[in-house]
Amino acid sequence: MMSEMIREDGRKFNELRPIKIEAGVLERADGSAYLEVGGNKILVAVYGPRESYIRRLLEPNTGVIRCRYNMAPFSVDDRKRPGPDRRSSEISKITADALRPALMLENYPRSMVDVYIEVIEAEGGTRCAGITAASVALVDAGIPMKDIVVGCAAGKVNDEIVLDLSEVEDKEGQADVPIAMMPRTGEITLLQSDGDLTEDEFAKAIDLAMEGCIEVNKLQKEALMKKYSIE
Amino acid sequence: MIYVENKDLVIPGQLLADEEYYSGRGTFKENGKVCSSLMGLVSLRNKKIRVIPLKSKYVPKKGDVVIGKINDVRFSMWDVDINSPYSGILPAFEVFGREKKELNKVYDVGDVLFLRVVDVDEIKKAKLGLKGRGMGKFKGGIIVEIAPTKVPRLIGKKGSMINMIKDKTNCKIVVGQNGLVWVKGKPEMEQLTKNIINLIESEAHTSGLTNKIKNELYLAIDGELPPEETEEEFVLEKPKLQNFKEELEQEEELEEEKNNKPDIGEVIEEFKRKNKNKDNTLSYGDNSNNSFILNNK
Repeated sequence: MMSEMIREDGRKFNELRPIKIEAGVLERADGSAYLEVGGNKILVAVYGPRESYIRRLLEPNTGVIRCRYNMAPFSVDDRKRPGPDRRSSEISKITADALRPALMLENYPRSMVDVYIEVIEAEGGTRCAGITAASVALVDAGIPMKDIVVGCAAGKVNDEIVLDLSEVEDKEGQADVPIAMMPRTGEITLLQSDGDLTEDEFAKAIDLAMEGCIEVNKLQKEALMKKYSIE
Repeated sequence: MIYVENKDLVIPGQLLADEEYYSGRGTFKENGKVCSSLMGLVSLRNKKIRVIPLKSKYVPKKGDVVIGKINDVRFSMWDVDINSPYSGILPAFEVFGREKKELNKVYDVGDVLFLRVVDVDEIKKAKLGLKGRGMGKFKGGIIVEIAPTKVPRLIGKKGSMINMIKDKTNCKIVVGQNGLVWVKGKPEMEQLTKNIINLIESEAHTSGLTNKIKNELYLAIDGELPPEETEEEFVLEKPKLQNFKEELEQEEELEEEKNNKPDIGEVIEEFKRKNKNKDNTLSYGDNSNNSFILNNK
């Protein structure tokens, strides 16, 4: 019964929104990526490893990563007040935490990698899309990594567990579980849960989100290969 | 079991081989499997796998020659920007010996110097010196920036590319291992050389590059294509990725060439010296790998 259910935007319960990823779009950044998931448009720039100009962040035996997630004032229907707020500070932090386990910055002690995530248009699931795009940009910057991190969300809408929530589903749905993982080992680097889920539903949501991650990961790899093998 | 071929393009986290292989630069071992940690091309020799990155930042190495810009003048040293995550310092005694002079009268903020990395300490701060031929301050000229990984491509096999550009444009060119290139000649030639260098950088992974650049140079300077041979080369065009592969081969060749004659010109000389150093670091890497394997057992 569940697999026959059609969602508001015509997707199946386990169907992702159309995704487009492009690596190396910015000239002056060390690494960059552009990503579209449904109505989301996200641009990520990576700078570094560079000399750490903030002394207190500096680590004597490894490099550090900093993230900034920012939504453009015109990215949502109502104008968003520019500048950092509670939500964007939170997402900046969890993005940095989600990416950190994959980075191998031991060869760059006392350096810093900056990741700037700019949301140009938002339509639900920007934090996962931001992580997905950021890891493509990190690879493009030539930063040593254990794996490409990928983010994807699952949630509960109309009592059904569904993959990759859109903005409407996120607002009207009952729960949202965004995760980020390293597909090679299956390690989860980000797990948040908003809303009420039973134990079974939660397990189901995570399994579904992980399946989604693996699909998105294929597109990430494709985007990187495309950038450097075809002129 | 090995899952990739020599000179394949790989991405971070990609499985390269099983445990009987050794992991070299750009790779890591996890649960006995060798995986890539960088986006780059596989270099396979005997049972050792390396990944040569497509992009990377310059990390100072002892013995390298670099081009740096004076950032600050301090009491007994200059701070030098060497286009790297790590800054360089040029101590006053490397320049004056025991003499006492005012530092900013010799080199001031903004001066561009050709330097040698004398030593790199444990926090990767590079100590610089001026001992060697042609070292010191550049007068005039322009600086062109390229990716440090593309330096071997710009120099070409045994300096073929760089010498061709030098001959044709009558410019003086000095290449630093940190990806900075100093060019001096007639202003219009400087601009042309800059464009040519940028072209080399952006097309480093296309094939028949030396010939393509040759044609570009002849067209720009003589207004016509160079005679003969070039057309054959064009027919022989290889698939797109071929060129990075050539670059790899080049690098390997240079690494192997240990007993070079030193009279091919200073830049190439430095380049080879650098490559010798590379070999040293490689063997160092070998040791660490062996010890790693021992630990595993």
